[in-house]
Amino acid sequence: MNNIVTLQADKINKRFHDPVTVHVLKDITFSVYGGEFVSVIGKSGCGKSTLLYILSTMDTDFEGDLFIGGENMRNRTEQQLAHVRNEKIGFVFQFHYLLSEFTVLDNVMLPGLKLGKFPEEHVREQALHKLDQLGIKKLAHKQANQISGGEKQRVSIARALINDPSIIMCDEPTGNLDKVNSQIVFDIFKTLTQEFHQTLLVVTHDPEFADKTDRIIEMEDGRIIKQ
Amino acid sequence: MNVRLIFSIARSLLFARWRQTLVAAVGVTFSITMFIALLGFMTGLNDLLDGLVLNRTAHVRLYNEIKPNEAQPISLSSTYKGSYHFVHSIKSVGSRQRIYNSGAILQALKKDERVTGIAPKISAQVFFNEGSIDITGVVNGIDVYAESQLFYFNDYVTSGNSTDIAIVSNSIILGKGLAEKLLANIGDVVQVTTISQERFPLKVVGIFQSGIQEFDKVQSYASVSTVQKILGEPNNYITDIQIKVADIDQAPSMGREFAKLFNTDAEDIQTANSQFETGSFVRSLISYAVGITLLIVAGFGIYNILNMMIYEKMDSIAILKATGFSGLDVNRIFMVIALSIGLFGGVLGLLFGFLTSLAIDQIPFNTLALPTITTYPVNYSPAFYFIGSTFSIVTTYLAGWAPTRKASKVDPVVIIRGK
Ligand SMILES: Nc1ncnc2c1ncn2[C@@H]1O[C@H](COP(=O)(O)OP(=O)(O)O)[C@@H](O)[C@H]1O
Ligand SMILES: [Mg+2]
Repeated sequence: MNNIVTLQADKINKRFHDPVTVHVLKDITFSVYGGEFVSVIGKSGCGKSTLLYILSTMDTDFEGDLFIGGENMRNRTEQQLAHVRNEKIGFVFQFHYLLSEFTVLDNVMLPGLKLGKFPEEHVREQALHKLDQLGIKKLAHKQANQISGGEKQRVSIARALINDPSIIMCDEPTGNLDKVNSQIVFDIFKTLTQEFHQTLLVVTHDPEFADKTDRIIEMEDGRIIKQ
Repeated sequence: MNVRLIFSIARSLLFARWRQTLVAAVGVTFSITMFIALLGFMTGLNDLLDGLVLNRTAHVRLYNEIKPNEAQPISLSSTYKGSYHFVHSIKSVGSRQRIYNSGAILQALKKDERVTGIAPKISAQVFFNEGSIDITGVVNGIDVYAESQLFYFNDYVTSGNSTDIAIVSNSIILGKGLAEKLLANIGDVVQVTTISQERFPLKVVGIFQSGIQEFDKVQSYASVSTVQKILGEPNNYITDIQIKVADIDQAPSMGREFAKLFNTDAEDIQTANSQFETGSFVRSLISYAVGITLLIVAGFGIYNILNMMIYEKMDSIAILKATGFSGLDVNRIFMVIALSIGLFGGVLGLLFGFLTSLAIDQIPFNTLALPTITTYPVNYSPAFYFIGSTFSIVTTYLAGWAPTRKASKVDPVVIIRGK
């Protein structure tokens, strides 16, 4: 961990208005530093996912300020935000969202090709390298819908890593996995922070998982009660 | 930017659902095929029907109308200038059908670059004598070579040889209906009486069939010199000069110009045959309307299938957006899909349309009225293929517009949360 702020939430408030107004996030203020492995825990329905969608710039309908790499995300166009997601943020969902029309390798490569910073060959090598790191290189040319759940989650981690993002956000990445696979995923995260100083923000409702992270942010009823 | 990436994603999405894609493409193919075949066939028929008349009509015809002189003596008198003339029942006198100075006119026309062909002609009213009955008819004195070249005369001579009238003296080609009335066959001799009661025997060397029965019942053809002989006129006697011009749209103005220059009357093809143009126009309009309706129906097919595809691909769209693809990228991906369907379906449609046209072209079509036609006529104008392909692209673009817009507006949060 270093002292550079990677992500900063400043008094974030979120209300849903359908059909009655519900105040889901209340004055959420916290920072994540470079190389930190932070977990967010809390009961189901306390607003963890909602917060993560805001932090990942996919949800722009909120009050307060969000800084990524020191830059305010307010008043940006949809295209600019897409670029931020592409370049700076890796995302791992609870349900392994892969494009079933593509191979594992293509899935990992797509965000890299979209970024367009490196030629296709280089992106391919990078993707194979990441798959190798996660121990699933042999699956590279399989169709994405022909692999197991644990393997899919590892593929989405590889995809999140392809552009060397400044932060990876995960929404209950082990929520849908058995013990063995959960352990594998956790070990991968641990390696990423310890060896590669990758910043991680992981939402989970598994206290055991959270206990092993650098820092725990605990939420209740839309508020941060402990960090 | 990212063009290759967008195409390769579009391709993967397309092939993942190739059955649907095929159905959409087949819709386009079918409509383009029908469009090409329908227009080719309709235009072929149009050309045929127009050709029946227009091929045999001069673009400009010079002749002398029998009518009272426009400059009556009284109007030449300066004394009565501005007065109202009460002279009634003016008659046409000195009915001169002949074109004066025809030799010089022909010379002048030959030098005119806008003129592509000239054929002189004499029309003579005659009676054909069959036993005790007289049948009225017309003998046209023609230059058979010029007439064949400009008006496809020999196409319509169904038996005998058209050039015989130029070779065999005192010979005639009879219209089919006229020959039947006269019970005349090739080699027979028919009797012709002119208005001035001169009687001539003419040898039948051919029968022609124009496709217009009324015409074939009264018309016959002989050489210019034969008709001059029948009428007892000198060898510069001509009643009509038929002119073909390079640009048919110029015909009316050239007609007016020649009428003034040569002091004759002139009739242009547009004035003489305006009803045929109206007919062809309406027929083309109907064909285009049907063809374009087919394309619009195909457009709705594409619209449906794209909508369905986008509905199924919501997850994929959400992932693409979550990993950094913008709404515009998604829009482009689905537009490429839509246009590929249009392009692929369209190209196949052009091919099948051409094959269908070839097939129609092989179907036998024999009718007594059209001796030169043996199969259904088809027009292979590249314009139909151009319009067909343009329309297939435009229709798919329009059909893809709304679904594509919908795809680009997909909110990834809603999809990811909803799982
Ligand atoms: N689109 C929505 N409209 C209204 N309420 C919503 C909507 N999405 C989520 N919520 C509510 O927001 C609260 C927080 O949801 P969520 O962030 O998914 O919780 P968690 O991820 O911590 O389980 C829940 O009470 C949920 O019902
Ligand atoms: Mg949640």
